[in-house]
Amino acid sequence: MRSVRGAVARPWRFAAEACALLVAVVVAFPLYWMVLGAFKPAGEIRSSEPRPWTLAPSLDSFRRVFGQQEFGRYFLNSLVVAGAVVIASGVIAFLAATAVTRFRFRFRTTLLIMFLVAQMVPVEALTIPLFFLMRDFGQLNTLGSLILPHIAFSLPFAIWMLRGFVKAVPEALEEAAYLDGASRTRFMWQILFPLVLPGLVATSVFSFISAWNDFLFAKSFIISDTSQSTLPMALLVFYEPDDPDWGGVMAGSTVMTIPVLVFFVLVQRRLVSGLGGAVKD
Amino acid sequence: MTPDSSTAEVRGRPRAAAVRSRPRGGGRTSDTASRPSAGRRGRRQTAPWLYLAPALVVLAALLAYPVYQLGLISLFRYTQAQVSGGEPTAFRGFGNYADVFSDDRFWQVLLSTVVFATACVVSTLAVGCALAVLLTRVRAVPRLALMLAAMGAWATPAVTGSTVWLFLFDPDFGPVNRLLGLGDHSWTYGRLSAFLLVLLEVVWCSFPFVMVTVYAGIRSVPSEVLEAAALDGASQWRIWRSVLAPMLRPILVVVTIQSVIWDFKVFTQIYVMTNGGGIAGQNLVLNVYAYQQAFASSQYGLGAAIGVVMLLILLAVTLVYLRLLRRQGEEL
Repeated sequence: MRSVRGAVARPWRFAAEACALLVAVVVAFPLYWMVLGAFKPAGEIRSSEPRPWTLAPSLDSFRRVFGQQEFGRYFLNSLVVAGAVVIASGVIAFLAATAVTRFRFRFRTTLLIMFLVAQMVPVEALTIPLFFLMRDFGQLNTLGSLILPHIAFSLPFAIWMLRGFVKAVPEALEEAAYLDGASRTRFMWQILFPLVLPGLVATSVFSFISAWNDFLFAKSFIISDTSQSTLPMALLVFYEPDDPDWGGVMAGSTVMTIPVLVFFVLVQRRLVSGLGGAVKD
Repeated sequence: MTPDSSTAEVRGRPRAAAVRSRPRGGGRTSDTASRPSAGRRGRRQTAPWLYLAPALVVLAALLAYPVYQLGLISLFRYTQAQVSGGEPTAFRGFGNYADVFSDDRFWQVLLSTVVFATACVVSTLAVGCALAVLLTRVRAVPRLALMLAAMGAWATPAVTGSTVWLFLFDPDFGPVNRLLGLGDHSWTYGRLSAFLLVLLEVVWCSFPFVMVTVYAGIRSVPSEVLEAAALDGASQWRIWRSVLAPMLRPILVVVTIQSVIWDFKVFTQIYVMTNGGGIAGQNLVLNVYAYQQAFASSQYGLGAAIGVVMLLILLAVTLVYLRLLRRQGEEL
């Protein structure tokens, strides 16, 4: 790109950079407003002349959020759900992606098409049958009822994305490993797995978000035992559509967004290269 | 046939490329018969299924079976009475579908779902692609700033994103109305403005995926190609249209289809931002409508029928997608 960039006239580049910065500010503004709202004292947040800063930052809203019954528990539940989904779907998808890229077998193409089709299934439409399924297996009001469906929903996309990464590992490497006497299992976990790890990181972003975001299942499957609930439910306690406690909502939102942000910052570089790798191949 | 995919192919699997090439894909290779070491083939027939077993079990139990159940429930009278076991379930055939299709509300919701989702997809793609191109034009600092901001928006959970956007557009305490001098205009009151508000939030949290993916794609285009085009005096728009867009087509297809899938299934944003579908259900989309029918009205059979309709719509999209992939000679 460098030479093309060099060919762009200087004023144009400045215009482009100004434009990029402006867009960055606009895109980041809702997040800024969220954090600001979380720190504004109660009187200020209900001001009809909202200021883009605060003179007296206060932790009251956070205190209210954390003072809410079992908020810590909800937070932990969300982490457990998202973590379990990321790990389980990562491992299962790695195995499946290896199978469909490193082996030729009957129905391989059929399976791939099925994985693709599976991505289109509107998860929300399955709430009804899943509700009955969870009820019949006594899983209502357990974290399992949130973890299991999300593993299934993130799998097809994860397999589809990982496929590119597994494909990119040269076949010769596998041959060499066997010649050196490595077993297939050993090759899979000691050679292939580390090589595919960047891809796994990229896919984990999607499974993490889908599980962490989960709102519908938490709302539908955790009905009586609220100690098994997750963050979105805790957050919505403060959101009464007619009279929302904006300070509480913003503080809760901030707390809920931080883990994902941390996750993103950790994987940011890999995500960009990962997406490039996955969609290219 | 896209040049980048063919080079990737050759790089990734030189042997296969040399042995066979499928005429239809014009350079694409199909390596069904070209795998080495026929001696291992016997093992290869069972090993893949072993690796696939966990995925297949999970998908069968938690995706395929529920889909089957959904279809089944949609054929029965299934309300609170049946759920609690007070009344036996009665087979209705396509009665639920007849009810759904004869309801004007359904057609109205279907129409708004299609229009709303299309608007979301088009806006997301336009914003994402434009910003991806912009990213390639700027130096490291503005690029990092935009990248980080986008990551932040992307990372924001749907529930929190929805509440924050509501707060921004709050009639009494939000900064947007002050900035635009709108007084206490309520954005969620009107049908169109409520949809617009949700659309803005959806674009905000979903353009980063498009931007990052397309940007990664542009970066992987060999710079010589772009140099040559620039030397030939092609305008930026021309370079995008005649060089980049064709090379990026596989990526564009992926992000388009993902956006279609996501935006057709928008649930949380509508549910939270319009408080369950807007005033008198004016902002319902199929997803939320099915949910309301099933859980709020305990009409599980009706809700399931709406779910099946949605499933079929998305299935149709999938088939179009597969055809597009095929036409590009994509090897599965």
